[in-house]
Amino acid sequence: MAGGAVPTVEETARLLREAPLFELGRAADDLRRSIHPDGAVGYIVDRNINYTNICVCGCSFCAFYRDRSSPDAYVLPEDALSRKIEETLSLGGTQVLLQGGLHPEWGVDEAERIVRAVKRHPVRLHGFSPPEIWHFADRSGMSVGDVIARLVAAGLDSIPGGGAEILDDMVRARISPRKIGWEQWASVMREAHRQGLRTSATMMFGSIETPEAISRHLLRVRELQEETGGFASFIPWAFQSGNTALSADPAFMEGAAAGFGHAAGYLRVLAVSRLLLPNIRTVQVSWVTMGAKVAQLGLFFGGNDFGSTMIEENVVASAGVSFRMSEEEIVATIRDAGFLPVKREGLPC
Amino acid sequence: MEAALKTIQDKVHAGRRLSDEDALALFRTRDILSVGEMADFANRRKNGDRVYFIVNRHINPTNICVNRCQFCAFSKTKGEPLAYTMTMEEVMRRAEEASRQKATELHIVGGLHPDLPFDFYLLMLRTLRDRFPAMHIQAFTAVEIDYFSRITGLPLRDVILELKEAGLGSLPGGGAEIFAPEVRNRICPEKISGDRWLEVMDAVHAEGLRSNATMLYGHVETLESRVDHLRRLREMQDRTGGFQSFIPLAFHPKNTQIAKGYTTGLEDLLSLAVARLYLDNFHHIKSFWIMVGPKLAQISLHFGVDDIDGTVVEEKITHAAGAQAGQEMTVSDLVTMIRQAGRVPVERDTLYNVVREWPQGRA
Repeated sequence: MAGGAVPTVEETARLLREAPLFELGRAADDLRRSIHPDGAVGYIVDRNINYTNICVCGCSFCAFYRDRSSPDAYVLPEDALSRKIEETLSLGGTQVLLQGGLHPEWGVDEAERIVRAVKRHPVRLHGFSPPEIWHFADRSGMSVGDVIARLVAAGLDSIPGGGAEILDDMVRARISPRKIGWEQWASVMREAHRQGLRTSATMMFGSIETPEAISRHLLRVRELQEETGGFASFIPWAFQSGNTALSADPAFMEGAAAGFGHAAGYLRVLAVSRLLLPNIRTVQVSWVTMGAKVAQLGLFFGGNDFGSTMIEENVVASAGVSFRMSEEEIVATIRDAGFLPVKREGLPC
Repeated sequence: MEAALKTIQDKVHAGRRLSDEDALALFRTRDILSVGEMADFANRRKNGDRVYFIVNRHINPTNICVNRCQFCAFSKTKGEPLAYTMTMEEVMRRAEEASRQKATELHIVGGLHPDLPFDFYLLMLRTLRDRFPAMHIQAFTAVEIDYFSRITGLPLRDVILELKEAGLGSLPGGGAEIFAPEVRNRICPEKISGDRWLEVMDAVHAEGLRSNATMLYGHVETLESRVDHLRRLREMQDRTGGFQSFIPLAFHPKNTQIAKGYTTGLEDLLSLAVARLYLDNFHHIKSFWIMVGPKLAQISLHFGVDDIDGTVVEEKITHAAGAQAGQEMTVSDLVTMIRQAGRVPVERDTLYNVVREWPQGRA
């Protein structure tokens, strides 16, 4: 890692596999301290709203999606949406994270309508991951650039980095064959950044990927960031297998013991993410998948942001994991670790 | 690294004993990576890459308790709606189940029941031993032993000998809480004193029975009172050598009379790591996954811990106080979790004899 040269896939994979845990932690912690010498750890009070669970993608790692004929399939009505936003505002919330399934009948018009419905309230809108944007463009026969421009004109403030899973098409072919490929994901982000939107980037690890695939993901995000500078934060989180088709796949079970989808593996991936992405200022810990305790420790393995209060979370909860944290708990947890909690209103600066 | 930690690190590497001031400095620091590294070093020197677990079953024969400690969400007064006392058959049914699941240990603790005679417990032990001779019976905290002595009027030594004769194999470490009287007066005024707890354990060790030791942290205690607690355990261990493992227990606030949040991950890891470093005469430091959650328990294997307890199967006490973890882990869950942390899983019996060792897999 010395000398500022970009590490190779093999070097990164070796770090993931072999570096002693505390050495990884210390290196990531040093880099985190140099980027954030004030010891600030950010968090946001926002609400995760899933406008529909109807999705044509049907990824094997997902326990949230439903076929439209399923009895518990839903599209959130506008009055329910408004109620959720009112609740968020009354809790001191400043932002809505809006994401949903790829509804077979939703194009840019439907997306625009829901953006306007959200923006009737005084709230920031962080919404639509790249697969959704791509889907709207596809359904409406428009370019990705035009879809983003329309949504921004309607009030969209920034784009979440979901749907990245692992940015490696061999992995995607196995866990999300109907989802856009890694280059399409990158092209949506490139276009969003070009139009001046800031976005996050995520990574879902711990399914069937190799350490080399994780490494490729990190290096691809790093390269894109060199090009655009538009990523405000990076959020790695571990696949939660409950109720998913993937959990029934024997190949997954075999691989799980050697993979990183557990607490010790999470800290390794978090630290390597911090180290590999010196050009992204913020790395967020995931209390939603790891719980408050491991997330707190993540602040010593490269994390400098505690994410969101969520208020509601449906996707990870569908996979049987339901940690909860209030704003007070987040603040107390950050303080207890010796850091300075800073409430932010949108993406990290 | 902070100067105080550097001095401590030198001592740890040289195998020298830490002072009370050292323990306090370790509890106070937020340089968790340095503390973890030291605790990991000290642990590996004793236990290598081995991490122990046991196939066991908890049985709590009654939740009726005359003590009603402030921090306890499990205990009930006789006649209260959720109060229960198992019949002998109910205890046996659980033991039967444990035996079928190849458990090597029954872990039995309960409330201080106002009416159950000492003979009930002796009969329970004899029946268990006769019906399930392969299972080790680890039962009764020092608090229960003292209670038996009070309800029978027998001296401690006689109580212990009778229990031993009836089949008691070893004692768990509960009821220690925090020894300092000013803390005990606030959280468990009716419970035996710290001095008495240690006196009971002294008598237990003198009769050749091993026990564990615990510390309940994260309520109203000070860091100084934690160090005092650890010091008294270390002194006694120097004298008797009878403690097998030390288990810090994270206070769970739900349904208790103490208004306090849950402990943080850092607090949990520090308690384990400081114990590993300061209690240099304890071989095993145990992280009870039910208390800290399986995820943090796995991380703790890098912070001085060499034992993650066991399959448990049915846990009532911590769950009554809001524990989020499940009731049970299978052997395969435990083995996977240990392996993923890069360690070698070893199934042990109560006395740390190896039942089975899993060869090193990739972590």
